[in-house]
Amino acid sequence: MNIELRQPEISQKTRLKVIDVDIHPKSAMEDLRPYLAKRWWDHYQTYGSRIRQGFLKGFPYPKSQPFASRRDSWPPGGGLPASDLNFMKQQYLDLHPIEYAIMNPLSPTGQGDQNDEFSAAMAVAANEFQLDGWYARDGRLLSSVVVPYEDGEASRVEIRRRAGDKRFAHVLLKSRTNELLGKRRYWPIYEAAVEAGLPVGIHVFGTSGRPASNTGWPSFYIEDMTEHASCCQAQVVSLILEGVFERYPELKIVMIEAGFGWMPPLGWRMDKHWKTLKAEVPHLKRAPSEYLRGHFWVSTQPMEEAEEPDHLMDMMSWVGWDHIMFASDYPHWDFDDPLMALPPALDHERRSKVMSENARALYRLD
Amino acid sequence: MAMAGHVVASVDEIPPGTRKLVEVNGRAIVVFNLSGDFFALNNRCPHRGGSLSDGIQTGLVQSREPGDYCYSRPGEMVKCPWHGWEFDIRTGKSWCDPARIRVRQYPVTVKPGTELVEGPHVAETFPVRVENNYVVVEA
Repeated sequence: MNIELRQPEISQKTRLKVIDVDIHPKSAMEDLRPYLAKRWWDHYQTYGSRIRQGFLKGFPYPKSQPFASRRDSWPPGGGLPASDLNFMKQQYLDLHPIEYAIMNPLSPTGQGDQNDEFSAAMAVAANEFQLDGWYARDGRLLSSVVVPYEDGEASRVEIRRRAGDKRFAHVLLKSRTNELLGKRRYWPIYEAAVEAGLPVGIHVFGTSGRPASNTGWPSFYIEDMTEHASCCQAQVVSLILEGVFERYPELKIVMIEAGFGWMPPLGWRMDKHWKTLKAEVPHLKRAPSEYLRGHFWVSTQPMEEAEEPDHLMDMMSWVGWDHIMFASDYPHWDFDDPLMALPPALDHERRSKVMSENARALYRLD
Repeated sequence: MAMAGHVVASVDEIPPGTRKLVEVNGRAIVVFNLSGDFFALNNRCPHRGGSLSDGIQTGLVQSREPGDYCYSRPGEMVKCPWHGWEFDIRTGKSWCDPARIRVRQYPVTVKPGTELVEGPHVAETFPVRVENNYVVVEA
């Protein structure tokens, strides 16, 4: 009986096109080697990467599944999850009507490395490999401009190098930076992104030396996952209250994998304090929540699961139906299936916006 | 559709501690052997649809208080390869929400080949020999 009832519903959803704003094709250091000067390859061989976290190799927290990936995503022919384009097509890109998928490389990219010059060289290599290793073989795979974000000027150089190249969708930062993202040292990134007409994506995680929580390193992976929300709130508050959006009114930020249930109360809280403390931040011309709703987009995966479906709908309404974009996080273990990701209560128009139209508008995809 | 018995494997094909993915009337069903007891579960995870036969089998970890833990029933929980939801293979109930979330279970029996060749459980695609025992799923 269940099967009979579900079929028409699923086939209708299947017809909806999908633009996925967060997938993680995997590259190896060996893939980046052709794009690294010998000086930097030798440096890597001699000194390795110098990320700021407790362990130089592996993850600071054990992931739920090996390589944080779906156990069924290991390619039959060998290699790491999402390292084999043909298997990725079979398991995801061709299984669903994927129009575009934005690649957010997590490692190796050199982001957060203590050696700024190595970090900058790695960013160039990671960007070149996205084009040659992925986009050239499947034009649905759009690249991110990986930048050495702890060095604002070097990031500006890399963004300018990619400006006008339609194969890049956004500039990619991670959420755990060495200082709060509203600080001036990061402003060259925003200035260059606006000049290039690119949104700035902030994907959770990062190895710049800061724990997820604001008060030290948690014990468990479940805390690492949960605290993305508090970490991202601190970044959003900093970006808004430092006046970044007054200086760069065209700047658009995409929060990736951060959830969004925390946004409405954060807006209320900032507005409440702003009413009495606005003399401290006279550069703000509008209520903080207006910047929040105007300049931030969010991705769906992983979204909060409220006991009352209406509560989730209320949160999504507050964030804005034009500002929520589907993400699968393929091949990671907390992957969202395009058919199952959105609450059943969403009507066709809103579903279509979230699944593709909002991303199409933001990224100007034709 | 009325339930009918389907011969899905010989007992030798699914030794203790292993499982086999089979198709019965278009449904993917995974058959487990836990120390000689057979259990059949729908292969589709009720959470988001992951394929349970691609998951690992693990044990039951419980705790009375912080700092104390008890690990029991090794191999009797199957963990979905996607989001890691765990299901008790003996009951189909999920570990985190046993009252509401469970994976459909199908009755399984072991029958001797001598009985099966007489019918009614003849599998069209499956050669049945009188000297073997077979796993029969009611679905």
